[in-house]
Amino acid sequence: MQWEIVIGIETHAQLTTQSKIFSGSSIAYGAKPNTQANTVDLALPGVLPVLNKGAVERAIKLGLSVGAKINSPSIFARKNYFYPDLPKGYQISQYELPIVEGGCIKIQTGETEKTIHLTRAHLEEDAGKSLHEDFQGMSGIDLNRAGTPLLEIVTEPDMRSSTEAVVYAKTLHSLVRWIGICDGNMQEGSFRCDANVSVRPKGSETLGTRCEIKNLNSFRFLEKAIDFEARRQIEILEDGGSIRQETRLYDANKDETRSMRSKEDANDYRYFPDPDLLPLEIAESWVNQLNDALPELPEARRSRYMTDFGLSAYDATVLTSAREIAEYFENTLERLPGQAKLCANWIMGEISGRLNKDDTEITACPISPTQLAALLSRISDGTISGKAAKIVFESMWNGELDQNADAIIEAKGLKQISDDGAIEKMVDEVLAANAQQVADYRNGKEKAFNSLVGQVMKATKGKANPMQVNEILKKKLQT
Amino acid sequence: MFNASLKQLSTQLAERKISSVELTKEFLQRIKTLNAEYNAFITVNEALSLAQAQNADQIIAAGQANKLTGIPIAQKDIFCAKDWLTTCGSKMLSNFVSPYDAGVIERFNQIGAVNIGKTNMDEFAMGSSNETSFYGPVRNPWDVAAVPGGSSGGSASAVAARLAPAATGTDTGGSIRQPAALCGISGIKPTYGLVSRYGMIAFASSLDQGGPMAKSAEDLALMLGVMTGFDARDSTSLQRDSEDYTRDLEKPLSGLRIGLPKEYFAKGMSKDVECAVEQALDEYRKLGAEMVEVSLPNSQLSIPVYYVLAPAEASSNLSRFDGVRYGHRAKSYDDLNDMYRKSRAEGFGAEVKRRILIGTYVLSHGYYDAYYIKAQKVRRLITQDFVDAFKQCDIMMGPTSPTVAFNIGEKSSDPIQMYLSDIYTSAASLAGLPGMSVPIGFGDKNRPVGLHIIGNYFKEAQMLNVAHQYQLVTDWHQRLPTGID
Amino acid sequence: MTLSVNDVKRIADLACIETSESEAQATLGQLADIFKLIETMQVVDTSSVEPMSHAQDVVQRLREDKITESDQRDLYQSVAPQTEAGLYLVPKVIE
Ligand SMILES: [Mg+2]
Ligand SMILES: [Zn+2]
Repeated sequence: MQWEIVIGIETHAQLTTQSKIFSGSSIAYGAKPNTQANTVDLALPGVLPVLNKGAVERAIKLGLSVGAKINSPSIFARKNYFYPDLPKGYQISQYELPIVEGGCIKIQTGETEKTIHLTRAHLEEDAGKSLHEDFQGMSGIDLNRAGTPLLEIVTEPDMRSSTEAVVYAKTLHSLVRWIGICDGNMQEGSFRCDANVSVRPKGSETLGTRCEIKNLNSFRFLEKAIDFEARRQIEILEDGGSIRQETRLYDANKDETRSMRSKEDANDYRYFPDPDLLPLEIAESWVNQLNDALPELPEARRSRYMTDFGLSAYDATVLTSAREIAEYFENTLERLPGQAKLCANWIMGEISGRLNKDDTEITACPISPTQLAALLSRISDGTISGKAAKIVFESMWNGELDQNADAIIEAKGLKQISDDGAIEKMVDEVLAANAQQVADYRNGKEKAFNSLVGQVMKATKGKANPMQVNEILKKKLQT
Repeated sequence: MFNASLKQLSTQLAERKISSVELTKEFLQRIKTLNAEYNAFITVNEALSLAQAQNADQIIAAGQANKLTGIPIAQKDIFCAKDWLTTCGSKMLSNFVSPYDAGVIERFNQIGAVNIGKTNMDEFAMGSSNETSFYGPVRNPWDVAAVPGGSSGGSASAVAARLAPAATGTDTGGSIRQPAALCGISGIKPTYGLVSRYGMIAFASSLDQGGPMAKSAEDLALMLGVMTGFDARDSTSLQRDSEDYTRDLEKPLSGLRIGLPKEYFAKGMSKDVECAVEQALDEYRKLGAEMVEVSLPNSQLSIPVYYVLAPAEASSNLSRFDGVRYGHRAKSYDDLNDMYRKSRAEGFGAEVKRRILIGTYVLSHGYYDAYYIKAQKVRRLITQDFVDAFKQCDIMMGPTSPTVAFNIGEKSSDPIQMYLSDIYTSAASLAGLPGMSVPIGFGDKNRPVGLHIIGNYFKEAQMLNVAHQYQLVTDWHQRLPTGID
Repeated sequence: MTLSVNDVKRIADLACIETSESEAQATLGQLADIFKLIETMQVVDTSSVEPMSHAQDVVQRLREDKITESDQRDLYQSVAPQTEAGLYLVPKVIE
C-alpha cells in the first residue's frame, strides 16, 4: 500500500523580551540557578501575574506577518498539572480565544511553493528545568526559565513529508528572526518544535491517529524523528495493528521515538480562564502602529527578487532566508546595479561557504557589502578573471590591505590582459607554434580549439581575458 | 486606652500623651493575658512589633504622622508580612516565614502603623466558624462556647476582646462580614479591586477582597483609607483616585432609599435576628430613611454558585503548595508523586481538601460546562439582579447572618449547614459589590446580631456614612463582652 | 448526577492528594450532599447569558518590559524544604 504522511507542527518560540511574561525577572540565558526567579516565578503564596507588554507586542507582530486575525479580547487560561518545574501547579497559557488566530506561511521546496495554514498562535509561560545529575538520588530544580515568554505557533496538518516539515520550520525560524520576536537560538531552546505525525493510505481523506513528538530542538532531529515515527506507524499498520494516540520523545542517540509515560496523556488539564488576569484587549491603533513598523517580509522580498532582479526561486529563497543576508545582498547590489545574479552567486557561494567554514554569521562577515561590490565590479568590468577574483576574495577575507580589492589586484598582479593588440600578438605566436592543431581544427576537430585557448592562457599566465582570447582566436582561425 | 477609637488614639499619639511603644506594649500585654482564652492570634512577635513602634515614635516626633501612625493593627494571617510567620491557618505553611510584604502590609508599614500580630483564621480562609484552623478554633469573646465566625474569626475576636484597636480581614463569600456580625463589631468588604490582593494568599481570586474590621464605622473609614489604593502588582487592582472615606460620615440620612431585598426577609432568618434587624430598620426610619422593597430573584442561588466557583479557583490556587519551594513536605515518601500526595494530604485540613476536590471535579473534563460555566452564567444573573435593584434604592439592608453565633462543634460535621452561614453575604461577593456589617443588638444567649449593608459599586463612603449615623444614635458598637475591661 | 468512589479517587489523583479507601468513602457522602445543593442552580435558564469570570468589567493592564528584579535566591530559599547548590531538590524526576 502507498502511505501518506500527515504532519502538523507546534513551535514554541521564546520571545526576545528583557523580562518574563508575568514578572520583572530577567530572562537572560545562562545565569546561576534560581538567581532569576523572583517571588512570582517561584509562585510564593500571594503573588500575582502582570502581563508584559513586550510579549503581547511580539505576538501581534507574528500575527500581522502571517496575515492572521488578532483577537481582541483574548483570554489567558490556566493549564493545571503537577510537575516540579511548574511552580504554580498550573501553566498560564491561552486556550479559548488565543491572541493570534489563522494566517498562513508559504514555503518553498525547490521550485515548488506550498501554503501551510496556521491554526493559532498563543502566549504562554515556559517552565523551569529539572537537572538530573545525582544529588543523593534527587533531582535539582532551576526556575530561572520559569515564566519566560513563549509564543506557541500551531499549524494545521498541512505537511506531507519530513522535508516539508523542515522547510516549514526553517521558514518560520527565519520569519521570527526576521521580525525580531525570537532569536531562534535552538541550542538554548529558544525555538523548539513538536511534530504531530500520522499516516494514512494515499488517497484517503480521513486523518489517521496521531502521535506528538515533543521538543525537537534541531531541524535534523525534526526530520529524523518524523521519518522514524512515520516508519514506525506504517509498520504497525501494515502488521494489522493500530496506533495509540500518545506523546513521544525523540532519542537522538538511538534515532528513535519512544512513548512518554501514558499518564501524561490521561491528564485532564482542567483549563479555565485565569481569574488573576483580565481579558486582553488590543487597540486597533496599536495593531496599526505595529503593522506600519513591520519590515518588508521575506515572502514579499523573495517575489520582488524574482520579478525585479530576475533571480530564480531558489536564489531568492536563499537570499531571504535571513534578514541580515537579504540586507547584505541589497547593500552589495546597490553598489553594483544590474548585477543581481553576480551578487547572488558570490553571496550564496564564496561568502556563505566561508561563513560556514568559520562558523560565523553574516553580521560578522569581515568583508563589507561595499568591499564585496568593489571586488565584483572588477570582474564585471573585465579587470580580473573569476579565478583571480577568488584569490582576491581570500586575501580580503584575511584582512589584507584593508580589504581593498584594487590594491590587492595591483599587489598580486592579477589584472587581466584586455588589450586586443597584446592578445593578438600572443594568439599569433600560439598559432604559429601549433600548426598541427590549427589544421585539426580546420578539419572539424572542435576539441583543438580548446587546446589552443589553453595555450594562449598559459602563455599569458592566465591573465588574458578568456572572452577576448576566444573571440580573437576564432577570428584568426576563420581567415 | 484599649477601648479608645482610632481617632482618639491618633490624637493621644499626636499630642504625645502616649507613645506608640507604650501603646504597643499595652496591647501586647493584653494579648499575653487574654489570647489563651480566645486563641485570636497565631503569631505575636514582640520584637518586630516594638521595633515598628519605635520607628513610629520617630515619625511622630518628626511631625510626619499619618492618622494611623503608631497604632497597633492586627493582621489576618493571610497577609504575607516580611519576617513574620505567615501560616494562612494551615499546617501547610506552619513553617513559612514570608520573605516579602503584601501590598496591604506595605501600606500600613508606609504610614508607620504597628503590626501587633497575625490573627487566627479558617485554614486558607475556608470556613465560617474558624474551626478549620490548624491552630485550633477561635473563641467568641461574647461567649467562649460560641464560634467567632469565619474566616476572619481571629481578627473579629481580637477586636471584640480589645486585643487590638482594629484588624484586617479578607472576605471571599462573607469572611469579614459574618465574623464581624457574630463578634459584635463592624467590618467592611470593599468593592472588588479596591484593596490589593498582592501578597494576600489567594483562596478564590475573582472573589477575594481585603478589608478592615474595627469597633465602629468611623474607625473603618480610617482603616479603609490606608488599605485601598492601586497596586500595579495586582492585575485586578483598580486605578482610581484615592478617597477620603470619612468625608461623608456626618451627612444626614433624610431621603435615603434603603432597599430591602424581599428574598432576604422571606425565610431562613431566625426570629432573634429578624427582631434585631427590624429594630435597626426602625432606627433608620427615624433617621429619615425610606424603605423600598426590592427583589434579588436569583440570590438564593448564590450559595450553589459560590460553591462551584470558589472551590474551582481554590483548587488551582492551592496547587502551588507542593512541598518543593516552601511549606510542608512529608517526611517519608516513595517517589516524587508520592511526595506531592503525602505532603498535600498531611498539609491540608479536611475542609480545604474537600473544597479542592469539589473544585477539581467541577473543572474536570465533561463537567466544566455543566458546573463551572453554568455557575459563571448564574453569577451574571445574580449580579444583574443587583444592578436592577439599585435603580430603586441607594443602599440595601438585611441580616448579615441567619443566626447569631453557634456553638463550637455545632456545625463542624455538617458542611452544608456551615456553608449556609454565608447565605446573605455571598451574593454581593459574586457581584463584586461592597458589603458591611454593623452590630445592631443581641439575640439568643445574648450573642450579637449584625446588620448587613450592601452598597453600590464604589459607594463605601456612603455605606460608612449610613453606618456611622446609626452608631451616633445607638451604642451597640460600644458594648463590651463581659470580662473585657 | 451520581458520584462514585472511583470519581472521588480520580479527582483526588488529579488534585495530588493521597486519599485512603475509607477517606474516599467518607468524602463521597459529603460531596454528594454538596453537589445536591449545587445542582439547584441547574433550574435557571441561562441559554442567553454570558459567563462572568470577573467581578469588574475591566481589561488587562500591561506592564512595561523592564527588568525590575534582582537576585534574592538566598532569601527565597531560606524557606525551602531542601536545596543544594542553589537548586530546589525533589525526589528524582523521571522523564
Ligand atoms: Mg502544545
Ligand atoms: Zn505550549
